[in-house]
Amino acid sequence: MNLLLIIPEISVIGLALAILLIDLWTPAAAKPRLGWLAALGLVVILVMTLADSVNTVSITGFSGAYVYDGLGIFFKRFFLTAALLVVLMGIEFADRIPLGIAEFYALVLLALAGMMFSSAINDFMLMFVAVELITVTFYVLVSFQRGRLLCLEAGVKYLIMGALSTAFLVFGIALLFASSSATNFSLLASSAGSLAHDKLFWLGLVVMLVGLAFKIAAFPMQMWAPDVYQGAPTPVTAFLAVASKAAGFVILLRVLFVAVPYVARQWETLFIIVAGITILYGNLCAIPQRNLKRLLGYSSIAQAGYLLLGIAALNRDGAQAVVYYLLGYLFTLGAVFVVIGLVCRESEDVGALAGLNQRSPVLAAALAMGMISLGGIPPLAGFAGKFLLIKAVVEHAAFDPRYYYLALVMVAGVVISLYYYFGVVRAIYWPATPGENNAPIHISPPMKISLAVCMAGMVYLGLFPNAVLTATADAVKALKF
Amino acid sequence: MSPLTYIFALPLLAALLMVFIPRNFRFVIRILALAATFASMIIAVVMFGNYNGGLSGGHFQFEQKHLWAPSLGIGYHVGVDGINLGLIVMGAIVAFAATCVSRKIATREKEFYILLMLMAGGILGAFTSLDLFCFYFFHELALVPTFIMIGVWGQGENKNHAAFQITLYLSVGALLVLVGLLALYLQLPVGSRTFDIVGITDYFKTHTIAAAAERWIFPLLLFGFGILVSLWPLHTWAPQGYGSAPPATAMLHAGVLKKFGLYGLIRIALPIMPAQAEKWVFVLAFLCLGNIVYCGLVAIRQRNLNLLIGYSSVAHMGFAFLGIASLTTIGITGTVMIMVAHGFLAALSFALSGYLHEETKTLDMDKMGGLLRHLPFVGTVMIMAMMAGCGLPGFANFPGEAMVLFGSWDKFAVVAGLAVWGGLVIGGVYMLRAIRAVWHGEKAWPGVSDAVGVWRRLPFVLLVGSLILLGCFPRLLTDSIQDSVEPVVVMASGLQKLALPPVKRTPRTPRPRPVTNPN
Repeated sequence: MNLLLIIPEISVIGLALAILLIDLWTPAAAKPRLGWLAALGLVVILVMTLADSVNTVSITGFSGAYVYDGLGIFFKRFFLTAALLVVLMGIEFADRIPLGIAEFYALVLLALAGMMFSSAINDFMLMFVAVELITVTFYVLVSFQRGRLLCLEAGVKYLIMGALSTAFLVFGIALLFASSSATNFSLLASSAGSLAHDKLFWLGLVVMLVGLAFKIAAFPMQMWAPDVYQGAPTPVTAFLAVASKAAGFVILLRVLFVAVPYVARQWETLFIIVAGITILYGNLCAIPQRNLKRLLGYSSIAQAGYLLLGIAALNRDGAQAVVYYLLGYLFTLGAVFVVIGLVCRESEDVGALAGLNQRSPVLAAALAMGMISLGGIPPLAGFAGKFLLIKAVVEHAAFDPRYYYLALVMVAGVVISLYYYFGVVRAIYWPATPGENNAPIHISPPMKISLAVCMAGMVYLGLFPNAVLTATADAVKALKF
Repeated sequence: MSPLTYIFALPLLAALLMVFIPRNFRFVIRILALAATFASMIIAVVMFGNYNGGLSGGHFQFEQKHLWAPSLGIGYHVGVDGINLGLIVMGAIVAFAATCVSRKIATREKEFYILLMLMAGGILGAFTSLDLFCFYFFHELALVPTFIMIGVWGQGENKNHAAFQITLYLSVGALLVLVGLLALYLQLPVGSRTFDIVGITDYFKTHTIAAAAERWIFPLLLFGFGILVSLWPLHTWAPQGYGSAPPATAMLHAGVLKKFGLYGLIRIALPIMPAQAEKWVFVLAFLCLGNIVYCGLVAIRQRNLNLLIGYSSVAHMGFAFLGIASLTTIGITGTVMIMVAHGFLAALSFALSGYLHEETKTLDMDKMGGLLRHLPFVGTVMIMAMMAGCGLPGFANFPGEAMVLFGSWDKFAVVAGLAVWGGLVIGGVYMLRAIRAVWHGEKAWPGVSDAVGVWRRLPFVLLVGSLILLGCFPRLLTDSIQDSVEPVVVMASGLQKLALPPVKRTPRTPRPRPVTNPN
């Protein structure tokens, strides 16, 4: 039965609707507590998905539009974990959201449903619907703090750029359909011979990739990231940075390596250029940033560039590295944004972190670990991820020596990034100037647990990659190279 | 379990324990740090005593092997042969000495000792590892502690700049190395890919690496490792970084961590890529003159004692590179000897300058002078250290440098000649001038007190004692080093693959040491 395949997605949507309904009978003061309901529901659904094994045969449903396979299961768990973290952060953040906190939770869940669908697409139509479900909910989420000018500005920018990218996406899909008269990935894959040299088909694919570049904040659609990251409420920024980007990458993996692997194989030059520019743009622009969230916006562009390397490598190891890196990225950014949500109440300036080590050693350690992991230094998750990515790139260099230069671009990017990541570490640990805010910071139990999980995840992925590597190997089995 | 595991795990374990000790238990934290490094030093020395020097090269002792990430071919593998034997013992002694001299750290001791232990554990782990992944992993573990320690506990106005400079420079080197190592790993056929250094070396004993890949990999490793060892002209991070670092960090970094690059070149780059090694050694030989002569001349101009020591340490690395460039058994044996000797020397110098800075609050040599009368012990040790730095016989640097010069004479007579001149004359000039500026003269220093008592003298005595011991009895190390270097040289000169008869080995009587069970 088709519907059985999408029980997790249906449950998430049901949970969102339930929260909207219960909201009607909840007194205003108790509304933030609806988040607990959402969190509880997410935990239940997450446990439910654990019953499935990543190492599974793929089943298609809904006339071949939806596919149930290892990659989908892996990413559904990923998105559920991310959403759980965001909901918990939202509860902590509720005092800064003037009204509509229940809608906030519901929208997060709806975006989550879109992401879960996006991880299981096998048809351009379903892809478009999933992408739009994510993007439209984010239009609202990004501008949720209506009173803040920056937040509204971020919302407008996200809306305009999002609409533009949607146009690209639709246009691309239309061209693809025009040239192949198919939107189903399996059909497209089987008609490889006739399409591999069709110029219209190529154009459609390139235009559609531009639309997807918006989701992952990669060149040429990277402009929005810093403004939106800075303006959006912190939990939304976290969700955008982790889950929305991961959704973009899982779509990219599916499109390139399920639908059109024969075209992707010939696009080495395109991937080299896009990945290289994205890495350098993100890293170079991050150097002068003083606002922490804006800095993370640029850093997220750079990270998208690193992840694109895994796709550019055009091999199974590359795809595996992308999946592994994203998982590490979830724990890393999770820790970073939890700390930002707790510490940066008034100012998001890097300088506001001064003396954090004295105010709360735990938060200081968590943020420093996050930065070190983003910088890719052992023994944390970021290192293992970058290690796998470079390995995949160098592996492909045996076929195309230009990839050695790509590896060197990544090296340059990582070194530049250490400058600004370590700038944050410096702000945390260097002695504070007298007169600064020295009040200790209270951390609520759920935030403590979230931080502990994120830190443990960073260390685990950095030190013991084997178990997760096995899972990622199973997850990327469905892809063809 | 292999003693090597304890050597690097004890400091790491101490770091982990310290996380859970409240920050006002300062005494407990310091005792724990001292105990961990002391124990690891004792284990290292005992291991040195039990090391069986009679076994010929290519054999590792005290090995321990576990799977870590089998899907990638990563394993936990430690072992020791002549090349890293001295380095491990030296590293453990320096780590203990560095912990001893950190007595005066008064702010945020908990963080300081956690970072120090992390750094010591990482460094020792890098030298014990026989797995490329762990080898790299442990080296990088020391990066963040270096950055934070220089920034928070460092000295001088430039410490901020220095912290960033050293971190970024070392990252460039490390990442180039990473790309090179990964490329090397990928040269193995799918299915038998491993990061195990022994496995990779064995594979390339019978196979030749693809020329196209070798052309990329060798320079990546040479310059990547070169940056980590401050190869001229990529050395600028070193003097400034060490000058601003707290003494313990400078000791561990200049003394031990810096040898990582040389170790990597000898262990990995030379034996596996003989064809490129043959080409690049000429470049290396001339670059090393930059270290010896250029940095020596720069050292003459320094007025800050720490910068002077920093530049002289960069200059010493030139000799180590020259030994590698010679590609002879005697030359590379000399290099390893220099690595060990310089480790003790650099650590000693930075420990002493740290002590001076604590007492006099300055390291500007123009403002110093006449200190020998107030600090007879520290002064004597420092003069000994500086003499060792000029290559005076009786200290461990002398046999090392002599062997390097013998080894390189055939191939690079001009370079060797200039190196001698650079080492002896230029080195003599700046060291003697420094001795005069700091120790001689009439200036009075009220309130300056010498290191008294066993505990305060212990780190200095340990380091200078090791220098003299190895200077007078270099065979304690050279026999084992030579045994392990010979197979490297055989591979590096490409002799084995050409199926030529093995190089004639000088007959030596086996060491009269009872063969003990390595486990």
